[in-house]
Amino acid sequence: MNFLMKIWHSSLGKKYIMGISGFVLVSFIVAHMLGNLQVFLGPSWINTYGQLLHDNHEILWPARIVLLTMIGLHIWSAVKLRAENRAARPVGYAGDPAPLASSYASRTAMMSGLIIAAFVIFHLLHYTLRVRAVNLTNMDFSTLRDSAGRPDIYLMLLLGFSKWPVAVFYIIAVGLLCLHLSHGMRAMFQSVGWKWTFGGVSHLPDRIARWFAVVIFILYTSVPTAVMCGFGKAYREAAVQQLSAGAVAEKEVAR
Amino acid sequence: MNLTLKIWRQKNAASPGCLETHEARDVSPDMSFLEMLDMVNERLVAGGQEPFVFDSDCREGICGTCSLVINGVPHGSRKGTTVCQLHMRHFQDGQTITVEPWRARAFPIVKDLIVDRAAFDRIMLAGGFISVNTGNAPEANALPVSKEIADLAMDAAACIGCGACVAVCKNASAMLFVAAKVSHLNYLPQGQAEKDRRVKNMVLQMDQEGFGNCTVTGSCEAVCPKEISLDFIAKMNRDYAVAVVKGELKKSAAGGTG
Ligand code: FES
Repeated sequence: MNFLMKIWHSSLGKKYIMGISGFVLVSFIVAHMLGNLQVFLGPSWINTYGQLLHDNHEILWPARIVLLTMIGLHIWSAVKLRAENRAARPVGYAGDPAPLASSYASRTAMMSGLIIAAFVIFHLLHYTLRVRAVNLTNMDFSTLRDSAGRPDIYLMLLLGFSKWPVAVFYIIAVGLLCLHLSHGMRAMFQSVGWKWTFGGVSHLPDRIARWFAVVIFILYTSVPTAVMCGFGKAYREAAVQQLSAGAVAEKEVAR
Repeated sequence: MNLTLKIWRQKNAASPGCLETHEARDVSPDMSFLEMLDMVNERLVAGGQEPFVFDSDCREGICGTCSLVINGVPHGSRKGTTVCQLHMRHFQDGQTITVEPWRARAFPIVKDLIVDRAAFDRIMLAGGFISVNTGNAPEANALPVSKEIADLAMDAAACIGCGACVAVCKNASAMLFVAAKVSHLNYLPQGQAEKDRRVKNMVLQMDQEGFGNCTVTGSCEAVCPKEISLDFIAKMNRDYAVAVVKGELKKSAAGGTG
C-alpha cells in the first residue's frame, strides 16, 4: 500500500499510471478492431463471435471492470497532472507561447481525450446499450436477429453506419483517437523508459507509436467507409424489408 | 541598428510587474544581447533612471547564469546558444523585442529579470553527488568505463543548470535538468553506490519544489543551450521505476556496530 501511495504521490508515478492504463486501453483498442474487421468475413462469422463474447459472462464482466478501472485511472491521473501543471506557472509569458518542437498531438492531448470520452459514451449507447434514440434509424437494434436467431451484429453495423452523421462522427472520433495515440504511445514509452535503438533504428518505440496510429486509423475507418460505399447493401435492404413485412404481419394479427 | 525593447520590470517577488518599453539606439550588430542591455542600462543610469537587473556571469556560455526569455523563447531562438552568446546580428533593425524572466512557481522573481533558482540547488543537495574515498587521487584506469557510457555521461554532464528547460516547458517541469543530473552520475561507475537513492531523492525534491510534470512535448530539448536529449528523461523514468520496485534496504538491527 505504502508502495502504491508513493507512486501515486510522485510526478513520475502518475505518469506510470497514465502510461500503463493507456497501454491496457490500447490493447483493448486492438482487440476491438480485430472484432470489427470480422464484418468483412460475413454475417455468420461476426455474429458467432458476438454470441461467444456475450455468452461468456465470466470473461465479459471482468474485462469490462478492468477497462472501466483503467479509464478511471487514466482520467484521474490526467486531471491531477493537469492541475499540478497549471499551478507550476502562475504568471505566464506575454503573447502566445511558442509551440517550440512540441507536436500538435501533444499540445491537444487533453482536448482529444475529452472528445474521445464523449464519443465512447455515444458509442456505448449506440451499440452496447442499443438506445433507440441515438441510432437515427428509428429501429430497435436490440431486437435484430439473424437467420439462426442470434443477435444480428452484422446487420446492426450496416444499419448503424448507413446513417452518414453517425459514420462521420465515428471517423472523426477515430481520427482524434489516433492523434491522441500518436502522442500517447510515444509518451508511454518515454514514461516507462523504453527508448532503445534496435537493429540500427534509433528510437524504435517512437516510430512504432507513429505507425501504429496510422495503421489503427486505416483499419478502424475501413468499416464505416465500406458501409457508406455500399458494402452489405443487399443484406441490409433485404433485412429491412423483412422487418417491415414482419411488423405489418404483427399488426394484422393484433387486429 | 535601432530596436524597441519591452522589458519586464518588477520590484520584488511580492509586487506585480509589467513590461516597460525602451528604445535601444545605435546598437552594434557585434554586441551580445547582454552587452546591448548593458548599454541600455548605462543610458538609463545617465538619465537618472533605474537600470534593469539581470543575471550573468561568465558570458561565454558555460556557467548557466544568464536567463532571459527573448520573444517568448528562453535564451532566444538560436539553437544551442545561451543568451550571453546570442549576438545582435541575429536581429533586424527596427525590431521589437520582448525580454522576460524565467516563469515558474519554483523560480520566484527576485527583481526585474532575476529569478531565484535555489530550487535547483536543493535538488542537487538531495542526490546530485557521489561518495568518494579520501586520500590520494585514485589511479585513473582503476575504474573501467566503456567509451559509450563515458560519452553518454559526458553528454548529460554538459547541463549547465540554467533552467531554460523549466522556462520553456508548458508545464514548467524540471525533468530535463533533473534527468541530466541523475543520468550523469547513474551512468558512471562512481555513481553506482547511491544510484537508487539518488534518483528517488532528487525526484522527491523536484516534486516538493512545485515544478510541473513532463508531458513529453520536447520543447526543453529544443531550447536547451547544451542540447541535452529527451532520452535522459527516459533513463531517469526507468531508474526511478527500478528504484521504487526494489524498495528500501533492510536496516541492520545492530546499527552496524557489530
Ligand atoms: S553568463 Fe554564463 S552562460 Fe551565460
